[in-house]
Amino acid sequence: MPPGRPALWGAAGLPDWTAGALQEPAFVRSAGNNNKGAPDILANDMKIVVPVKRVVDYNVKIRVKPDGSGIDLANVKMSMNPFDEIAIEEAVRLKEKSGAKEVVAVSIGSAKAQETLRTALAIGADRAILIEVPEGTNVEPLAVAKLLKALVETEKPDLVILGKQAIDDDSNQTGQMLASLLDWPQATFASKVVPEAGSLSVTREVDGGLETIKVNLPAVVTTDLRLNEPRYPSLPNIMKAKKKPLDVKKPEDFGVDIAPRLKVLKTSEPASRKAGVKVGSVAELVELLKSQAGIL
Amino acid sequence: MTTLLLAELSGNALSPATAKTLSAAKDLGGDVHILVVGSDVGSAAETAAKLAGVSKVLVADAPQLAKGLAEEVAALILSIAKNYSAIVAGATAYGKNVLPRVAAKLDVMQISDITKVVSPDTFERPIYAGNAIQTVQSSDATKVITVRTSAFPAASEGGSAAIETVAAPAPVGISTFEKAELSKSDRPELTSAKIIISGGRGMGNGENFTKYIAPIADRLGAAMGASRAAVDAGFVPNDWQVGQTGKVVAPDLYIAVGISGAIQHLAGMKDSKIIVAINKDGEAPIFQVADYGLVADLFQALPELDAELQKAGR
Repeated sequence: MPPGRPALWGAAGLPDWTAGALQEPAFVRSAGNNNKGAPDILANDMKIVVPVKRVVDYNVKIRVKPDGSGIDLANVKMSMNPFDEIAIEEAVRLKEKSGAKEVVAVSIGSAKAQETLRTALAIGADRAILIEVPEGTNVEPLAVAKLLKALVETEKPDLVILGKQAIDDDSNQTGQMLASLLDWPQATFASKVVPEAGSLSVTREVDGGLETIKVNLPAVVTTDLRLNEPRYPSLPNIMKAKKKPLDVKKPEDFGVDIAPRLKVLKTSEPASRKAGVKVGSVAELVELLKSQAGIL
Repeated sequence: MTTLLLAELSGNALSPATAKTLSAAKDLGGDVHILVVGSDVGSAAETAAKLAGVSKVLVADAPQLAKGLAEEVAALILSIAKNYSAIVAGATAYGKNVLPRVAAKLDVMQISDITKVVSPDTFERPIYAGNAIQTVQSSDATKVITVRTSAFPAASEGGSAAIETVAAPAPVGISTFEKAELSKSDRPELTSAKIIISGGRGMGNGENFTKYIAPIADRLGAAMGASRAAVDAGFVPNDWQVGQTGKVVAPDLYIAVGISGAIQHLAGMKDSKIIVAINKDGEAPIFQVADYGLVADLFQALPELDAELQKAGR
């Protein structure tokens, strides 16, 4: 596996990362349209918005500031939230294989989030919009959802695909909140997306296994890990991405108040767990579990 | 001050997650009403009414609510939300799906996945896959909260709350349930099991889970889990996954076999009371959190463990 790739997918038995782009997409073509390369008319003209977030890279072991004021973000490698990378990949596949019309990547963050948007453009998004806030501004999921709602009202997409959660604040809310504010249906934790006429059939990862629901379009989908394996952008596509349009806007342009509702009182290290003992044999293990741990 | 708790169902029965969420709800102070949503959920409502500390059980029974679609359940909660100072649910696939929809309409910033109630407006929650704990204070009029169920004990029985019916609003009708493919097992569920035995990439293949881990799980009445690596390799289904991207568990005993201990796995099990690790690599990070570590080839150690447990009368 190439270095720098999130360890999230770091398993044996997976195909080489770069092969991801060559694989069949995670969605299935509708019956009667197996003609490879021909767009699936069911997703024809679909416009897709994909919000992406710039976060601390998955491989970085974060450090809590000793004074409890937060996470030390100085000189830390940043990347696109892995779930959002899956969202971009899915949108681009819908365009490549099912004839979706346009993929617009959106980020809410500092000027540096332009790098994240360029990655999205290199994967295959057509254009990008940055809603810029000053470096270090905490924009909570509710405010993000309100900004995205305002953006959706001007862009008028048929589908918004987001990561199910960002790996920094782990809130798992934004997609659901956006769907709610728009009065759109939602298909969260998606592991398979199948375009149908005027709707999507989405298989979701739920606690007991999988469930499939149908949502009317327009809709919000949030991605789970098994939806697809994002491609590595090729060098020509990275070069091309530099020329794709990237608009910069401000929260004020959308009339949205982004003041946080939650006050972070402190950030602390989790209770650490000490290593215990190494046992010499299975018999000793069972004996200790009985006598010392009192568990068997 | 009254808290509304959205009950979690497993089929038509009350899920054990509900009793754990209830403990968090009680920590908020004030009365707790449990909302049981579905179709033919009378017995779940009766189970909920017997939980200690519940003052009322509300039952919403309507066809569009039968499958827990977020749009329909959120509309129902919103129809009664004004009566409540807090709305809570377990941070399960169900709760995480429904509650942010409610929060957004109430113009409230949800507090996700809390592990502790510090005071009625202040909570602890893990961020960065549990690598940091944030203490947050909410200024919103209604608190909308999801609860990490493994962080709270199950509330005991001993209550006798009144059961009332609540009318469901008109169907929203923008989504439909098609089918469920739920894993069938006689073993306990991962999130409620007292003992869990999990396998990792070291298991080599799915058959080895059946051959080496299942007999021990049967003997201990344990749930079977897996690391993300084992799921990615296709050994076992995704709903077995323990970790930040899977299920977060905290059983009395967690046995990790052939699991190296990647950060995302540790995030899902490090609150277990006793952790046992069996791995042939003595340097594996899993040993840094294990109470009892055995450096051994799992294909020898597991049959031995099965035999020793049998000797020990299990």
